[in-house]
Amino acid sequence: MSILIYADSSNGHLTKNAFEAANYASQLAQKTGDKAVAVVTGNVSGLDQLGKFGISKVLHVANAELNNFDPQKIAHAIAEAAKAENSSVIVFAHDYSGKSVAPFLAAKLDAGLVTGAIALPNTDGGFTVKKSVFSGKAFAEVEVLTPIKIISVLPNAIAKIENNVTAEIVDYTVSLPSTNLKVKEIKKESSELSLTEADIVVSAGRGLKGPENWGMIEELAHVLGAATACSRPVADIGWRPHHEHVGQTGLAIRPNLYFAIGISGAIQHLAGVNGSKIIVAINTDAEAPFFKAADYGIVGDAFDVVPKLIDAFKKFKAANN
Amino acid sequence: MNKILVCISKAPDTTSKISFADGNTKFDENGVQFIINPFDEWFALVRGLELKEANGGNVTVLNVGGADNDPIIRKALAIGADDAVRIDAKTDDALYVAKQIAAYAKQNSFDLLLFGKETIDYNGSQVAGMVAELMNLPYVSLASKLDMNGNNATIEREIEGGVEVIETSTPFILSAAKGMAEARIPNMRGIMAARTKPLTVVPAFEATNSTKIKSFTMPPAKSSCKYVDAANVEELVSLLHNEAKAI
Repeated sequence: MSILIYADSSNGHLTKNAFEAANYASQLAQKTGDKAVAVVTGNVSGLDQLGKFGISKVLHVANAELNNFDPQKIAHAIAEAAKAENSSVIVFAHDYSGKSVAPFLAAKLDAGLVTGAIALPNTDGGFTVKKSVFSGKAFAEVEVLTPIKIISVLPNAIAKIENNVTAEIVDYTVSLPSTNLKVKEIKKESSELSLTEADIVVSAGRGLKGPENWGMIEELAHVLGAATACSRPVADIGWRPHHEHVGQTGLAIRPNLYFAIGISGAIQHLAGVNGSKIIVAINTDAEAPFFKAADYGIVGDAFDVVPKLIDAFKKFKAANN
Repeated sequence: MNKILVCISKAPDTTSKISFADGNTKFDENGVQFIINPFDEWFALVRGLELKEANGGNVTVLNVGGADNDPIIRKALAIGADDAVRIDAKTDDALYVAKQIAAYAKQNSFDLLLFGKETIDYNGSQVAGMVAELMNLPYVSLASKLDMNGNNATIEREIEGGVEVIETSTPFILSAAKGMAEARIPNMRGIMAARTKPLTVVPAFEATNSTKIKSFTMPPAKSSCKYVDAANVEELVSLLHNEAKAI
């Protein structure tokens, strides 16, 4: 038997989430005594890197038609690999790709799917997976009742443990179904750090008073190597692009460090960010609900505090590099 | 002229206090206000209605659940859907729900099947993709834009760090995310009209569950916030480095 992962790629390289899926699968494989195998689709390099996280075999489906994302075709390729490798568990990252492909595969294999897993499965007398529900306000233990189990892992939820093995790379040929889906264009905002993958996120809200004041937020993010985010009202009035909106109806993120600047901390916003490991709130209003969810707080004006923080982090970076 | 099916799910209002009953095995519905899942209402339903207003056609809303879901179905009709169908089945498992929807949709050919990108309660993001596989239809997830030209669709979808532009044609399945449309508030005429619009209840189709929720837990309470003086931000840098080990 084997544990199979889908290792996603972007611009010809494996994504950070691909390694997180590998890490999850290899920790599970060690527990169950199975082999961890990866499926990679399209033109991707650096596949041997998956060996760092315990993947002993990589099935590379290099069909040119998989260079563009088509969940139907990718699910088909993974289903074939799962049969060939006798896979009992299939692991995805719970990201844009995983959210598209995993449900397809679940219906194809008639397999129970748990999305947004935050812990390794409990395999004592059954197969239960802990997942985040109610936008991070609670957790559920979900039992998978089918012979094949599919899991998508929430990014940044599982501690990484390196487990060096040599990954055997196999060219894997699959005949793909024809589908009625064509990717016409990909518009990449390549300079931006992806919000769901960022370790540090600097987020700001209405307290910033206007879009022209975001320069200092971007500078703080730049100094920290962080991604920028915003609250819903700010995206709704068009100060910031919609893809930066984090919260219950926007993106849910769980970085190691989250800065909330001039955001009051409405329950809907907290739902999208309360999985963050450390939260820093900066707000003029000492009664802002965000302070209840924060680890560290500064009661003060963003226009005063943020420039001082930029200087302080710059000094810190200079002293620690 | 497209026949559009919009699948809506019931969800607790976004301000609901989340708690559990029966030894933490069930969501405690006591005092909870239920709404149409925001992604389904704001984005999938409203975009479906806009397409119908521009090109003609028909918008049917489909819900899986018991009779206690009827108020939210009536609200979807008040916003502007033409008719509604409720499949009288339980909603404990995504694959089971997907099988209900696929079975119904196969019997009643639709051109577009629109879903929200996920529900705000179980955050599964599962049903739409499963229905696509069960019906062997193209699927575009997390779509932020949908334009129809006859039967041809141009769709924008969010991807990691960018946007993908996709072309397909009916029939297809789409899950809608922010950007797709702006929420609408039903007006009095819509609310009156909704009372007499058809709501058909169909019995559950045969299927079994693939998953089961065993129990719920709440996240551990945060320890109280440590305050740093605004005049001394260096202390925050030091705490983040030495105590939190976050930088």
